[in-house]
Amino acid sequence: MTGQLTIDSLIDNPDIHVVMCCGSGGVGKTTTAAAMAVRAAERGRKTVVLTIDPARRLAQALGLRELGNTPREVEVDGFEPAGKLSAMMLDMRRTFDDMVLAHAGEKRAQEVLANPFYKTISTSFSGTQEYMAMEKLGQLASEGTWDLIIVDTPPSRSALDFLDAPQRMSTALDGRMIRLLSAPARGGGWGVRKVVGAGIMLFAKAVSTIVGGQLLADASAFVQAFDSMFGGFKQRAHKTYELLRSSGTSFVVVASPEPDALREASYFVERLESESMPLAGLVVNRTHPVLAALPAAKATAAADGLEARGDAPLATAVLRLHADRVAVHERERRLLARFTKAHPNVPAVSVPAMPSDVHDLTGLRTIGERLAGTP
Amino acid sequence: MSGASTPVVGWTEQVARARLHVVTGKGGTGKTTVAAALALALATNGRRVLLVEVEGRQGIAQLFDTHPLPYEERRIAAAPGGGEVRALHVDAEAALLEYFTMFYNLGFAGRTLRRMGAIEFATTLAPGLRDVLLTGKVKETVGRTDSSGRHRYDAVVLDAPPTGRIVKFLDVTKAMAELAKVGPIKGQSDGVVRLLHSGDTAVHLVTLLEEMPVRETIDAVEELDAADLRPGAVILNRVRPPRLPARSVTPAAGGRVDASRVRGGLEAAGLDLSAADLDGLVEETVEHAVRQLAEQRAREQLAGIDLPAVELPELTLGVDTTALYELAEVMVEQGVR
Repeated sequence: MTGQLTIDSLIDNPDIHVVMCCGSGGVGKTTTAAAMAVRAAERGRKTVVLTIDPARRLAQALGLRELGNTPREVEVDGFEPAGKLSAMMLDMRRTFDDMVLAHAGEKRAQEVLANPFYKTISTSFSGTQEYMAMEKLGQLASEGTWDLIIVDTPPSRSALDFLDAPQRMSTALDGRMIRLLSAPARGGGWGVRKVVGAGIMLFAKAVSTIVGGQLLADASAFVQAFDSMFGGFKQRAHKTYELLRSSGTSFVVVASPEPDALREASYFVERLESESMPLAGLVVNRTHPVLAALPAAKATAAADGLEARGDAPLATAVLRLHADRVAVHERERRLLARFTKAHPNVPAVSVPAMPSDVHDLTGLRTIGERLAGTP
Repeated sequence: MSGASTPVVGWTEQVARARLHVVTGKGGTGKTTVAAALALALATNGRRVLLVEVEGRQGIAQLFDTHPLPYEERRIAAAPGGGEVRALHVDAEAALLEYFTMFYNLGFAGRTLRRMGAIEFATTLAPGLRDVLLTGKVKETVGRTDSSGRHRYDAVVLDAPPTGRIVKFLDVTKAMAELAKVGPIKGQSDGVVRLLHSGDTAVHLVTLLEEMPVRETIDAVEELDAADLRPGAVILNRVRPPRLPARSVTPAAGGRVDASRVRGGLEAAGLDLSAADLDGLVEETVEHAVRQLAEQRAREQLAGIDLPAVELPELTLGVDTTALYELAEVMVEQGVR
């Protein structure tokens, strides 16, 4: 077994200013981020948690009744942290609008905001949410109001999307393709044409037939208006990327004890390594530890014996559910062992499953204690 | 059906008539596993089934423990009674290139375009285009016939995007609204729309007996109905046996477990546990009861949407190819055909 991940030494560390919670969808990232934030605030740090798409009841636990794109202090009865806790939910459209407004003159900005193609890009492009989460993180970090920013990354299929999306988006928006595609309409003459030859011309024609001339015209207008701002955007994305690589940032990878989630966690850990991004460790969320030292086979045999005699239905049930639990635990243990064998230097902590969904402060505190390994 | 406490297990005539089985579910509910098991179940007794994946995850290859699938139909498993399952990994880029080759004679430029990221760009420009291409390919496989006029596949099972995106994915009409109004892609998509909204298509929803996945399932059924798409069956995945006698569940969930009765029973079975171990068993029992109660509530909620159901057991050893056959067998026993 590898080292134990100690969350407290991470969230107490005055040199750590950003904690990124990553992992594939459905593993409990948002809850983990919220629980860490509550714990950090109660341990005295001025904390803000940036959530992406929390379940309604979890949002309510943090006192977030509606989508707000700026941090709001969490004020819940019985919550008097030694530090401070603010929380916000990312509104990607508003973050994008703000970004445009900040980078363009009034007139340009209005042109961009009114462009139909901008509406598509700012709401439904697959990387927008990731890009905007990074943008928001950059803003929060530069404000310097908080000791600690905890980020819940967007619920993408793969944890890696989070690192790749901004790059993908930059490529899509940097205008080269749009220029290429709209070139035939303007009589061509672009240098790139020589490189790709006739294929691109046919392609452009085909694309234009498929997506329609209006869309291409909108896209082209969008890029022209966008171009001047784009340098600024790219630079910003780059700066945020650097922030992720700095020593003040630490990544926590969250996985459930399932093959898919642990496989994603593996990819992510390897990726962080190759990007020299600092990894704190792995949180294995919702495990089922065995609470009584009774082997499954013995429990099952005893249950069979009782059942045959028609005796003690409650004890029989208890023995059977214990045997089930041992089997689940064994499976989880094997899966985790596979991960740690591949990544012996990654500290890990197991967080036992709560019997029901967490949607209040008490639940978040309990998870915080489990994260810290101090039940 | 209101008042029922659990969905009715079985495969209705209407669902059995479908030739395209779309499988969706919240992330983490085991949608790919269920799609694969369903393909095996449908292939039982000599039928030919195609299992399609569209999200680029290579989940099917991992399940069947084979190399990543190419954009090509490959035999992936034999089914009991002489049937076979083929698998296809549909990639939007490849589908777009295939499309260009077919209608614009652009095959030669494919590699260059791909290298330049042109394809990704085109599908970025019109996000609906990606879905139109993917569903278009699926439709082609459903409609394909051999020389004797018989359908190449008796059924096609689609491992579809998760519940949160499923209606957007299947609502090709809406996606097309932002694309060109003429040309071959329009003609093709009209056929897709006809297929997806017909009795030939059923959209199955995979869920766990937990609050969030059940909530999403119910929402998705409403959205499907509103978009005139046809929900098929609800597939309850990873169902664990409820161990506690009904009358003990509620008190136990509230923390009331009669420890002395448990001890008495254990002693009768010849087990003499320490106080700490007994406490541990009681705690495990309370957690089990809380979950059993939540599962009961989940069943009641699902009964309200009035769809046929299939129940698959939790496999504590995990899912491998053998387990897929087991799940397929359970499906067949419950009426899947």
